[in-house]
Amino acid sequence: MAYSDKVLDHYNNPRNVGSLDKSAENVGTGMVGAPECGDVMKLQIKVNDANGIIEDAKFKTFGCGSAIASSSLATEWLKGKTVDEALAIKNTDIVSELSLPPVKIHCSVLAEDAIKAAIGDYRAKQAKRVPAEQTVA
Amino acid sequence: MKTPIYLDNHATTQMDPRVLDAMLPYFTQYFGNAASRNHEFGWVAEQAVEKARKQIADLIGATAKEIIFTSGATESDNLSIKGVAEMYAEKGNHIITAATEHKAVLDTCKKLEKNGYRVTYMPVKGDGLIDLDMLREAITDKTILVTIMYANNEIGVLQPVAEIGKICREKGVLFHTDGVQAIGKVPVDVNRDHIDLMSITAHKLYGPKGVGALYVRRKNPRVQVTAQMDGGGHERGMRSGTLNVPGIVGLGEACAICQREMPEETKRLQYLRDKLRNKLESELDEVYLNGSWEHRLPHSLNLSFAYVEGESLLMGINDVAVSSGSACTSATLEPSYVLKALGLGDDIAHSSIRFGIGRFNTEEEIDYVAEKLIVVVRKLRELSPLYEMAKEGIDLSKVSWVTD
Repeated sequence: MAYSDKVLDHYNNPRNVGSLDKSAENVGTGMVGAPECGDVMKLQIKVNDANGIIEDAKFKTFGCGSAIASSSLATEWLKGKTVDEALAIKNTDIVSELSLPPVKIHCSVLAEDAIKAAIGDYRAKQAKRVPAEQTVA
Repeated sequence: MKTPIYLDNHATTQMDPRVLDAMLPYFTQYFGNAASRNHEFGWVAEQAVEKARKQIADLIGATAKEIIFTSGATESDNLSIKGVAEMYAEKGNHIITAATEHKAVLDTCKKLEKNGYRVTYMPVKGDGLIDLDMLREAITDKTILVTIMYANNEIGVLQPVAEIGKICREKGVLFHTDGVQAIGKVPVDVNRDHIDLMSITAHKLYGPKGVGALYVRRKNPRVQVTAQMDGGGHERGMRSGTLNVPGIVGLGEACAICQREMPEETKRLQYLRDKLRNKLESELDEVYLNGSWEHRLPHSLNLSFAYVEGESLLMGINDVAVSSGSACTSATLEPSYVLKALGLGDDIAHSSIRFGIGRFNTEEEIDYVAEKLIVVVRKLRELSPLYEMAKEGIDLSKVSWVTD
């Protein structure tokens, strides 16, 4: 199977590899997929409390080259976006950016799921946080 | 050293130039039909075919008359299994095979099941070998054929063929083996191993593609198969069709070279194989061998690199030709059924790489592949959330994963 130049570039030079402190309140962590399916993506976002903008994003992926590229690209796109803007990222955007063949579309779906899961985790943390601060006040 | 490096010798092998030299005159100069009995052109072709028949027979301890030429092992598997099923239908309708067989055997058996035959697919043990007691128990008075491969094409393990043959002989059941991965690589002897039918192909032993043979025992017992193709009644009526004379000459020459050079070649390939394994295992943790180490082809290695997915590994060593059991490398998106049959988790199957070292590989190439793999595995583990979790002490089997 031939890979597109963009997939190869992300595979050879993956962006934003690493982990953020998953216990931090402004960090959202999404982990999707399963080892037996051959793909696991962990995607994390760090949101600036003051302006609600994603100031950092990191990933780690177990999976094929297209899965690695999809998650690497996702972290690139997430940085600088608000959480709502991030939710608008669609798997089809990833497919066209990386020229993924049909057999690799599930990689982009997984990346979209990982974004949603990370944001979901971040929002759940925020929901718990607000009443706690109110009680203190 | 030239790249890409070919380490996929279970899939096919580079043709030996000596084999090509032997074949060439039979394309243009000696082009006769081996079935032409009444002129020089036919006689020369027939002579070449008979020489090849003898060369093949010598390699496997058979007689020349027991060799039937075919187009390759898929045809030989089909001819032997369907041919026996049809020929011995009055005796019974039960066939025994194993879960790790090649698709040419498995799908042939499935076809027969649709036609009313009963097939037992024996499981294999964790080392990839079948359980002989289980085989003994599986044989009934309706069993007509046991078909178990000599050596597995994915994990390289050698089945206990001599013991299987002995059991079949005792029970009066025919024994077919797909010998393609073993012939020319390890000593195969149809009499020592009690083999009644054996599939052979040229392109796995440095010969040309598109030509193979079926060994069909003629004595004790005399075995017959019903032809699966109608025509001129060539090959003692078992396989019609004008013989592929240059291909057959190539198969014969390839067998002769293997027979002459096997002792030296085995030593060399085993040394390279062991070096590759030792290098990888000394530099990387959690590298797992798939299949028995003791009962294995000398040139074969199948390893799983935990926490790293096979296709991404292949991508990182894109100047090395190997195969992976990963789903992502297959058309079906299912991981290797052979590795799953060993009881391996899908995750380990996804992480597997098959190395097949061949006649034309050098030590320099093996060193290069080992060093490159070590770098790529380390890099991909840095990328792997599973490796990170495992290092944190998380038991991955107890994690509840989020899937659709």
